[in-house]
Amino acid sequence: MDYELIGITVLWTFLYGYLIVASIDFGAGFFSYYSTITGREHVISKVINRYLSPVWEVTNVFLVFFFIGIVGFFPSTAFYYGTALLIPGSIAIVLLAIRGSYYAFHHYGFKGNRFYQFLYGATGLLIPASLSVVLTISEGGFITVVNEQVHMNYGALFTSFYSWTVVVLAIVSVLYISACFLTFYAYKARDMNAFAVLRGYALFWSFPTILASVLVFFSLNQHNPTHFASMVDLSWLFSLSFLFFLGAVYLIWKQKRLGLAFIFVMLQFATAFFGYGASHLPYLLFPYLTIYDGFTNEAMAIALIIAFIAGLLLLIPSLYLLMRLFLFDNKYVQGRK
Amino acid sequence: MFEYDPVIYSRILTAVTLGFHVIFATIGVGIPLLIALAEWIGIKRNDEHYRLLARRWARGFVITVAVGVVTGTAIGLQLSLLWPNFMQVAGHVISLPMFLETFAFFFEAIFLGIYLYTWDRFKKKIHHWLLVIPVAIGATASGFFITTVNSFMNTPHGFEMVNGVVTDINPLAAMFNPATPTKMAHVLSSAYLTSAFILAAIAAISLLRGKNHVYHKKALNLTMTVAAVFAIATALIGDLSGKFLAEYQPEKLAAAEWHFETSTEAPLILGGVLTEENEVKYAMEIPYALSILAHGTPSAEVIGLEEFPEEDLPPLIVHYFFDIMVGIGMFLALISIIFVMMRRVTKWNEHNKPLLWTIFAGGPLAMLAIEMGWFFNEMGRQPWILVGYMRTAEGATTSAHVDLMLYMFILLYLVLAISCITVLRRMFKSNPVEQELKDRGIE
Ligand code: HDD
Ligand code: HEM
Ligand code: HEM
Repeated sequence: MDYELIGITVLWTFLYGYLIVASIDFGAGFFSYYSTITGREHVISKVINRYLSPVWEVTNVFLVFFFIGIVGFFPSTAFYYGTALLIPGSIAIVLLAIRGSYYAFHHYGFKGNRFYQFLYGATGLLIPASLSVVLTISEGGFITVVNEQVHMNYGALFTSFYSWTVVVLAIVSVLYISACFLTFYAYKARDMNAFAVLRGYALFWSFPTILASVLVFFSLNQHNPTHFASMVDLSWLFSLSFLFFLGAVYLIWKQKRLGLAFIFVMLQFATAFFGYGASHLPYLLFPYLTIYDGFTNEAMAIALIIAFIAGLLLLIPSLYLLMRLFLFDNKYVQGRK
Repeated sequence: MFEYDPVIYSRILTAVTLGFHVIFATIGVGIPLLIALAEWIGIKRNDEHYRLLARRWARGFVITVAVGVVTGTAIGLQLSLLWPNFMQVAGHVISLPMFLETFAFFFEAIFLGIYLYTWDRFKKKIHHWLLVIPVAIGATASGFFITTVNSFMNTPHGFEMVNGVVTDINPLAAMFNPATPTKMAHVLSSAYLTSAFILAAIAAISLLRGKNHVYHKKALNLTMTVAAVFAIATALIGDLSGKFLAEYQPEKLAAAEWHFETSTEAPLILGGVLTEENEVKYAMEIPYALSILAHGTPSAEVIGLEEFPEEDLPPLIVHYFFDIMVGIGMFLALISIIFVMMRRVTKWNEHNKPLLWTIFAGGPLAMLAIEMGWFFNEMGRQPWILVGYMRTAEGATTSAHVDLMLYMFILLYLVLAISCITVLRRMFKSNPVEQELKDRGIE
């Protein structure tokens, strides 16, 4: 593998990590708010808070890692995306800021403030929508470069069918991933009331998720036929993704092996996400920027890869400790600690 | 008003974001150290008061960390959004420490999560204490890494520029550039100093309000001792920073001192105003002091502003920033040393009202010194974004609407600041120390 591929793979893996952990977090915020307004708060909020409290900050770092890393490995992305994304990027920052701080305010400050909880719940759906715009833009057609000046065509973005299907997919996937995880977590906590509610959510959101995925797939054909063609070449990955989806829904439906069900969900998204990413290559921004012409120099690439490996050696044991204490410690999960 | 210029607005927006972030960043670097100290003393002396101190500090700390994290995320993204041309060049040379910084955050975030939720989960108390060590290391490391990036902007190193293209890159040389040692030492030690003073100010105001519990006295004693140590360290390192400037960025030092003509036996100028003809009026002069600050001997020659082309000079207002920072530094050192001395002498009462009031004032003043230090450092670097290589105007975005973004972010920071203060106040008001001591059965 050349350095370019290693670099993009590392970054894409972290983005995938963010997709999963952030979806759990975003969805949980929404469900928690939704249950408050429908008067079922006492049923599920305990499970949600127990899981979220120790990990919320870790979630954010996945994102920071991605956007710092991409400028490190591919400095030219700063030029293209930086100029084009001023407005959507700033809006995403504001949403992230509101969400992160109001979670802490609500949770550590004073509990039960409805308005804080609303902010926290609503931003959970708006953030994935605004972040998904970056992927849409990367397909080309919205950015033009004239005389070294980058222009962003918002009119085209807001009227594009493709861009709206991506937004819908982002939102429903968040709800689906989150519900599946929380179903599993509630089951481990032996909280059967919460389990019943959350399982209902998981099943409810499964169909829209797959529908939205199919829509995105086909609207991409209209928007960027080149990319669509390379996606068809990788269609085995997408079929695999569909099988994982069926497996996950089946297990949740039958209330069996819920841990495995969530692993299937992760695999469903892993196959689709990496399939999408691999077929997008070599472009970082179609058709202006590829991983080859935007790449950093060799000295920096080696330094970053070494730093990455050293960092992982530090992080993996720490993450393992975190998971052992809060995710797989039955006594903690069940609220006996 | 004036014409829309993305460069001006990008600068203001960056300054606003960083000026706000650095408040929380400073607390974020410093407070873990104090929490660790308090819990350690609590365990060693078997004194539950200190453990409760650590516990309550940690509880407030999470709130400020949250704001630190979100504003840090903002500045991280804004660097690319507002300075795309700069980041494209800098990305090639200085992205290593930024990348390392994310690992430091990661490390800190994981252990902070664990630390907060495991107060009573271990049989041995010391095991819980071990968890705060990675938090303190992670916080200090992230402060260190980001400071190397800023050092690089002041003294770019570790690459060659050939026809506008960077080549021959050495990431480690870029990271450990000449500005790194003094800058990172000064940033870290001023962060510890400031955090200690802020916590001391809280203890002082409690005592002033007539809460005479020994808990507050212990808090004050611990924080003022730490403050005294780091006040001296900060001043000593600040002196080294001056010597660094004299060698590598003489125009910045000269601007800070309104030192127009190169001369030996240069005096240090305090305060004053500048006339149209660049004459200094109403200032206090300390003979030889600038020569000593710059080179360590009274007779040394200090380069003046006259030796630099007009268009390369920083704004002369940095003089005031420098004076305020140094003035506050002296003040903080003085009161923390007085406090520690008075405690030693048993006859004296270190909890007298005037001293407590000055300690209380020290908290906000220390934070002001941090802001002044950064403003001095950043504006003193102008007109360069990468000294000698890229001017600030060349690094900025060309997008329209930076002004709108500026208003949006000002609003965001206002809301965050107000909420943060309200939350902290309510949190500690609804659960006063005396109450918590009883609830936990400490007395
Ligand atoms: C003196 C120290 C210091 C300085 C000068 C800065 N920071 Fe900072 N930053 C911290 C010390 C710090 C910290 C104390 O480590 C924070 C605050 C809370 C936290 O968890 O980390 C932090 C948070 C923080 C985060 C959030 C990380 C997370 O998600 O946990 C980001 C992305 C940045 N910072 C980035 C920056 C950038 C790009 C800066 C300058 C241009 C900068 N910081 C200046
Ligand atoms: C956290 C404390 C910091 C504060 C309070 C701060 C403050 C400021 C101020 C006041 C300006 C505007 C200067 C002017 O336009 O006259 C500025 C500009 C800038 N700073 Fe800093 N700064 C800090 C740290 C950093 C660090 C660590 C970096 C490096 C990553 C950095 C990068 C920049 C950039 C890119 C600009 C815009 C270009 C410029 O005006 O030079 N700053 N900052
Ligand atoms: C008491 C004597 C002090 C002296 C002689 C001193 C000296 C200096 C100098 C020369 C610089 C500029 C370094 C550069 O631009 O490269 C600087 C920057 C700075 N100072 Fe101070 N300082 C003192 C006290 C303080 C105090 C008390 C604080 C805060 C509590 C503080 C916080 C800062 C900060 C945050 C910076 C910007 C970072 C940097 O450039 O290192 N300083 N100081």
